[in-house]
Amino acid sequence: MKKNLSRRSFIKITGAGTAGVIAAGSISKLSGTKKVVKGKSGSKVEITPTYCEMCTFKCAGWVYKKDGKPWKIKGNDTDHHSNGRMCTKGSAGMGTYTDPDRLKKPLIRTEERGKQVFKEVSWDEAFTYIAEKMQNLKKSYGPECMALLSHGAGGSFFKQFIKGFGSKNIAAPSYGNCRGPREEAYMLTYGEAIGSPERTDMSNSKCIVLLGSHIGENSHSSQVRDFSTAIANGAEVITVDPRFSTAASKSKFWLPIKPGTDMALLLAWINVIIGEEIYDKKFIKDNTVGFEQLKEHVKKYTPEWAYTETTIKPEIIRETARLMAKNGSKTLLHPGRFTVWYGDDTQRVRAGAIINALLGNWGQKGAFFNPQKAKVAKYPHAEYPKQNKEMPIKYELANLALASGICDATIPSIKDGCSFKGWIVYGTNLIKTFPDRKNTLKAIQNLDLLVVVDILPTEITGWADVVLPECSYLERYDELRVSKGKKAQIALRMPAFEPLYDSKPAWWMAKGLAKKMGLEKYMPWKNIEEYLDYRLKKSGTSLEEMKKAGVKTVKTDEPIFYSKGEQIEFDTESGKVELFSSVLEEAGFDPIPKYKRHEQPEEGSFRLITGRSPMHSFSRSVNNPILTQLMPENEVWVNSVVAKEWDIKHGQYIKLKNQDNIVSTKVRVKVTERIRHDAVYMVHGFGTEQKKMRRAYMKGASDSLLSTKVLYDDIMGGTGFRGNFVTFVI
Amino acid sequence: MKKYGMVIDTIKCVGCSACVVACKTENEVPEGLHRDWVVEEVSGKFPNLFMEIRTERCNHCSDAPCVSACPTGASHQKEGSNIVKVTPNKCTGCKACVASCPYNARFIMPEGYASKCTFCDHRIDEGKGPACASVCPTEAITFGDLNNPLSKVSRLLRARKHKALIPEAGTNPNIFYLT
Repeated sequence: MKKNLSRRSFIKITGAGTAGVIAAGSISKLSGTKKVVKGKSGSKVEITPTYCEMCTFKCAGWVYKKDGKPWKIKGNDTDHHSNGRMCTKGSAGMGTYTDPDRLKKPLIRTEERGKQVFKEVSWDEAFTYIAEKMQNLKKSYGPECMALLSHGAGGSFFKQFIKGFGSKNIAAPSYGNCRGPREEAYMLTYGEAIGSPERTDMSNSKCIVLLGSHIGENSHSSQVRDFSTAIANGAEVITVDPRFSTAASKSKFWLPIKPGTDMALLLAWINVIIGEEIYDKKFIKDNTVGFEQLKEHVKKYTPEWAYTETTIKPEIIRETARLMAKNGSKTLLHPGRFTVWYGDDTQRVRAGAIINALLGNWGQKGAFFNPQKAKVAKYPHAEYPKQNKEMPIKYELANLALASGICDATIPSIKDGCSFKGWIVYGTNLIKTFPDRKNTLKAIQNLDLLVVVDILPTEITGWADVVLPECSYLERYDELRVSKGKKAQIALRMPAFEPLYDSKPAWWMAKGLAKKMGLEKYMPWKNIEEYLDYRLKKSGTSLEEMKKAGVKTVKTDEPIFYSKGEQIEFDTESGKVELFSSVLEEAGFDPIPKYKRHEQPEEGSFRLITGRSPMHSFSRSVNNPILTQLMPENEVWVNSVVAKEWDIKHGQYIKLKNQDNIVSTKVRVKVTERIRHDAVYMVHGFGTEQKKMRRAYMKGASDSLLSTKVLYDDIMGGTGFRGNFVTFVI
Repeated sequence: MKKYGMVIDTIKCVGCSACVVACKTENEVPEGLHRDWVVEEVSGKFPNLFMEIRTERCNHCSDAPCVSACPTGASHQKEGSNIVKVTPNKCTGCKACVASCPYNARFIMPEGYASKCTFCDHRIDEGKGPACASVCPTEAITFGDLNNPLSKVSRLLRARKHKALIPEAGTNPNIFYLT
């Protein structure tokens, strides 16, 4: 079982797609040029290409300067992430550059961790300090005791560095804390992951089903456009959410489900679709395994049974199931994005994946497409040293390393495997990213070295031994964006400005550290321009061309859709879509998703649900000078009847207390009809206790602080956040 | 004579506020002030709810009360069109225009003069539409000449159900919402 789903095969599968090569001479049309134009008032306007780093969707755009000063950021028309239209955050990217609270100098800690007493040092001093510490750790514990926790484009260079050092312990919190269950569920069922941007063809959908996925408030530009296009074209939307989200307001059906019971609804839908024989019989026969077992398995999950769990009426369950089936392969049950909820998340997403199989929509217009990806050459370097010790594997089916696994393995009480002694944290505020802050801080206190690379003095920098100030994405070259989509594209990020203060780009830091430690053979390029130009020239373009175009579309030969009725070779063990998963069965898990009842809040307490706002990218943007003008703080949504019972007024500030008596900072109440009586909602990322982030300090409340209970996904180790209950402190 | 107007599709608008940011950066609107904004209007009781989301700004009214209220002539309609503009050095900051606007679209700049949406007339001159329309991820904002029957705005108004805000104010607003 393990060998079929090894980490290598995951990378192969997700990286394979239908790769294209840039054909010689097929230089695509330039979408624009780096140009200097005279503005109307005689001002000088300069334009440079970038791709956005405000969130992970990485839309490509143009940075405009007027008379050398920051002006605006616009989308690149040829880019399939943005379609020439940046979202709220992307349009406000200039705020990252102008933020006066940015880190300005490298810092070394002089007093105990968390007290935030640092001395300013030179880059050479910072590198010398890190190099000595790392060499000592290598001598005492082996190089594997160093881990990299990374989020964002520049992390690529620290990956090269730490691999050269001898550790492959690299994790992105976005796997275990966000998308992991989704990717694993689709891997287990279809042999392929969903990826980002999502391989969904929503603009052509006739019916879209969303479960807790709030497209619109999640403002990934092209995804929002696809969703709106579908609605404008008459697509019928079914939104399952305890909250009347933006998406719910656009929906034909809003199913205000009791939180924690989504699996019951999904199983009842399967029950109806199979029971009424309204599934795609040919697709099931030709392309799936385990249908008979599935049919038997869901017999007991009737809509009447699901009603008692979900509070969704049986006739609504039937009507929505029929609507999905009526639209067949033009129905998309969206796989979601933030999927770590209750600990049975891989199974829940898999139940949705099974419904998609019953609709026969894989590789079909209006549902899922086959993503295209450009092949870009690597820069040659010496072979990385072999890692002797593996990090402990708690979740054998997890295809990527878990950031929380590194965190847990840093606390010495975990007996097996290597215990981490040093972390490099790139671009992720782990204090907010991980639930259960006590555990995170316990791990940090056990480290011998904590290096934090960030632009802002986020909370994690307060716990660092060394803080390295990175310049914003508008001041640096970065790794190329080679993303998947309907079109294979490459995008360039180049500096529009010189770095402010004493900040530096990630590539410069990683290369500087490599040089200091004699690891240059792993990063043998002269400078970033040479690194990028080499890779681009080997791939049929050049840095010069990319500077002018920003984005390059690469021709691919593979079709993005299968023809209807085609027999497909899936990259699963059986070569078919696995309705029944023998991989899960062998590993001791349910081969077909089962309903498990989750704990519900007691009277007087409410389930804490979190989400995102289109105005912010979590704690990354809460100090942004432009975005804070639109949304300076988060609010807690309270149902109007509940508010009346508690005598809480709209706009009033209260605190929230969770089941472990953790009390939040004060947060403003939004009294609304738009949420159920048994849950409260807030946008994630606020409530920073970091004084140095002056706009964000103590603004709103932190859901991470209140998430002391973690419901781990038993298949892949995802950290479920939704098992926390709060009450009001007035 | 051009009659510039906007047709905003409330079915498409998700309230993301990209239009607000694009306007702020394009026009260098000072901190804390904005020329456009987003409204979410909720009606009904749980679970029978309806919500309209829309982006709002100056309506560039054909009968603009802010222009007739202005004692100095600073508020005016740009020649050959309905675009309402303010000449900063003629404005005394008396706020008569702010009070007269039924849409609450005007504010006073830190320098003391009244300001508001200009439909990005500097961009119209360059053959581009307003910044808000150009950024909208869902393409919910359409800008054009309402006097031209072939323009997209005119076609949308012919084809779709629509409304204007506060028509009873009698100002002949030129922003329409598709519902």
